[in-house]
Amino acid sequence: MLRLDGVSKTYRAGAFGGRHLTAVRDVSIELRPGEMVSLIGESGSGKTTIGRMVLRLTSVSGGAITFDGDDISTLEGRRLKEYRRCVQGVFQDPFSSYNPVFKADRVFSMLRTNFFPGVPDAEWRHRVEDALISVRLHPDAVLNRYPHQLSGGQLQRLLIARALLLDIKVLVADEIISMLDASTRIDVLNLLGDLKDRGLAILFITHDLALGNYISDQTVILRRGQIVESGVTERVFTNPLHPYTRQLLTSVPQLHRNWSDIDTALAVAPGRCAYHTQGGPTDGRQLAEAEPDHLVACLATGGNTSCPDG
Amino acid sequence: MSLTVTGLKVYYRTLRGDVKALDDVTFSLADGEIMGLAGESGCGKTTLGKSLIRLDGRMRHAGGSVELNGVELPIGEDARMTEFRYGDVSLIPQYGMSALNPTRKIGRMIRELLESRGIRYATIRPELEHRLALVGLDDGVLDRYPMELSGGMKQRAVMVISTLLNPSLLIADEITSALDVSTQRAVAEALVGFRDHGFVDSMIVITHDVSLVYQIADTIMVMYAGKLAEKAPAEVLVSSPRHPYTQQLISALPEVGVRYQGKRLSGIPGSPPTLLDPPAGCRFRDRCPLAFDRCVEEPPFVETEAGHFVACWKVG
Amino acid sequence: MNTVLRNKKLVGGLVVVVVFLVAGLVGPWFTGPDPLAYVGPPAQAPSGAYPFGTTTFGQDVFGQFVHGLRATFFVGFFAGLLAAVIGMLVGFISGYRGGIVDEILNMITNIVLVLPVLAVLLIIAAYLEVRNIQIQALIIGLFSWPWVARAVRAQTMTLRSRDFVDLARLSGAPVRRIVFREIAPNMASYLFMVFILLFGGAVLFAATLDFIGLGPTDGISLGLMLNNAVRWSALNLGMWWWFVPPGLGITAIVGALYIMNVGLDEVFNPKLRET
Repeated sequence: MLRLDGVSKTYRAGAFGGRHLTAVRDVSIELRPGEMVSLIGESGSGKTTIGRMVLRLTSVSGGAITFDGDDISTLEGRRLKEYRRCVQGVFQDPFSSYNPVFKADRVFSMLRTNFFPGVPDAEWRHRVEDALISVRLHPDAVLNRYPHQLSGGQLQRLLIARALLLDIKVLVADEIISMLDASTRIDVLNLLGDLKDRGLAILFITHDLALGNYISDQTVILRRGQIVESGVTERVFTNPLHPYTRQLLTSVPQLHRNWSDIDTALAVAPGRCAYHTQGGPTDGRQLAEAEPDHLVACLATGGNTSCPDG
Repeated sequence: MSLTVTGLKVYYRTLRGDVKALDDVTFSLADGEIMGLAGESGCGKTTLGKSLIRLDGRMRHAGGSVELNGVELPIGEDARMTEFRYGDVSLIPQYGMSALNPTRKIGRMIRELLESRGIRYATIRPELEHRLALVGLDDGVLDRYPMELSGGMKQRAVMVISTLLNPSLLIADEITSALDVSTQRAVAEALVGFRDHGFVDSMIVITHDVSLVYQIADTIMVMYAGKLAEKAPAEVLVSSPRHPYTQQLISALPEVGVRYQGKRLSGIPGSPPTLLDPPAGCRFRDRCPLAFDRCVEEPPFVETEAGHFVACWKVG
Repeated sequence: MNTVLRNKKLVGGLVVVVVFLVAGLVGPWFTGPDPLAYVGPPAQAPSGAYPFGTTTFGQDVFGQFVHGLRATFFVGFFAGLLAAVIGMLVGFISGYRGGIVDEILNMITNIVLVLPVLAVLLIIAAYLEVRNIQIQALIIGLFSWPWVARAVRAQTMTLRSRDFVDLARLSGAPVRRIVFREIAPNMASYLFMVFILLFGGAVLFAATLDFIGLGPTDGISLGLMLNNAVRWSALNLGMWWWFVPPGLGITAIVGALYIMNVGLDEVFNPKLRET
């Protein structure tokens, strides 16, 4: 449904824009209905930039993002509005997502003025209440309040409800629970799972491997703007092939397992570069299929080391 | 017994009255103990950390005492605390990385800091280099400006600076939350190294991330709404928590390997009470599945097994 | 509202400004339509009939003063408004759009900022034989917006990176609405203060122009009164009633506006409030 084909993003930097910074390089991802893809990376990995490009908040420098076959960078006016009707996002910081001067439910009325000018008041109120109930919020508790009177979890759910008012097919969720408390974040995460079960495609952007692992069907590991490993979540997590994925897995603090236990569990590295042993470079692509639905980049990618098999 | 806190109360003054951020907190910390202090935002964990070293302008010491190595800390009196700060009690603040003065080289900053305490920089320089090396920094960082270092390097530099005078108590407040996973581990392990090398006697590591303190702490203490909920050895607290809040909190954490399809986790419904005028009795009772009549009385924080303290009527 | 009324600086400044404004609005009804008419005996010290005395030519100083206040408020308000509108528009567009638009607007701003205004005004004065206060307000307005544009641009740039702006874009809101309904309300207090400062600046600038003889060629203003007083040696003749009222009036209005601004700053920015 939504495809990223070799998408890149470069920024001009330095005085006079002489230098170029590559934030995202040759990234291909496919989002299918009812499927959640988690995009995992550390700061500077380009994960947020990818989300913004999908939402068309940032332009694409190379490659193409297509939605049902249409290149989204060519959409303008009415057709861009139609795209926004189908693809929406929720961002990391719930407090920065609301204009502090206005009440929180303004995010709904803004949608109404731009997308549903013809809907009568009663009908609209009904739709808003439905959306709120589906994200398990009590309408009386959240409507007509200022953002600072609501909790982070409530604010994030309001934003999800906002997206549901449209006829969305794709939701980009950029770190939406990283600023929430442990006792509420899992509920927001489960909510995403329910939306997925209802047929939405979700791009879940996170730095937290445990969350990505918990909720997503497909996992994409990003490093410095490039995909180093991607595939079905279980395969990536049970059989991490790229040293960077392994490094992330050994660094993430886990419950019930000490870092030293994890070190020993992941001590035996696969050794050979799956990319080269699978004959990856022959068609010029960045990733090679190490096993079905499990792609990996060359071990040398981005690092200073050269590939042992290259 | 290195640190003993008895009945400590610290309130925030606001226009609408006192916010009871820390209400009757009693615990102790053994020599060499690394204690993780966990809880959600607003539970009072940062207030507890701050009140052991410096109350800010809005905070008021409303009762209780703090004793460090047999000496009572005058925590309510800013001026008298000065002699204990840095040397006896030291703090790595939440945004320690950005606390570095951007116009000073790291080395010069350390020199000024030491001289303000009447210590000559030259005498301590070899030890400083030794400790920088321990956290994986070379002495070149001393000639650099904070801007030239990455977040993880800055955080490690701040850690070395904060512990240079071998304080007996170090408070580390959310020092890894702004870092990437891979640097997070290095910084957390460096903390343990400081204790093992004897640079600090004992440590309180404040964090919202239970799984992080599980990796490095000997004991974990959980706070809820300004009160202590549970304290136990790290392994015990994670594998067999006794307080209903701790139990629910831990079961709400997804681990690598737990999947939404297989085992659906759930959060804790409701939200903590306001601390402006908190209800009497157990503050968790509105959200607690086990709540019963007696919970309107305040449960004491009692030792149910050796080293395992719980504040719940259903336990012990 | 309580914090507004409790702020002594704000209320005090406002009272002074309002008193002068009322004097300027109501006064001319009592003094006759032409402040330049020769109505009485020359060079009279203040008395019951002529509360501020008369000039060397027998013009009523009080009549000139209240008419002058009117002109001063007119110039201050319209020049301030014009500068605020231009400055905000340029600032909003250049801060929100960025890129090449920003660079061009920034260049224009900088050019206007470094123009030697007095020299330009001398040239304009040489071409325009009849000048009135409307033209003066226009000229002052056209030259005093650059710092507003720069400040608004910087604020817009910070605000536009906030998530709520992205969310408004995702909601399909047009740029105009994002700028005026999302970004501008966050700067409302600041924009109001900018206007007050521009107001005071324009009053002062108009007085300066009048005083050095580049003011209106017809009508009267506080600055022109000072100019006349100096031209006809009021100081040497000891006619203090001729120059003290306009001088004091300008100082009081500009000073009061400035103090109001400090007060507003305290109201909007609680960190500055004394405890």
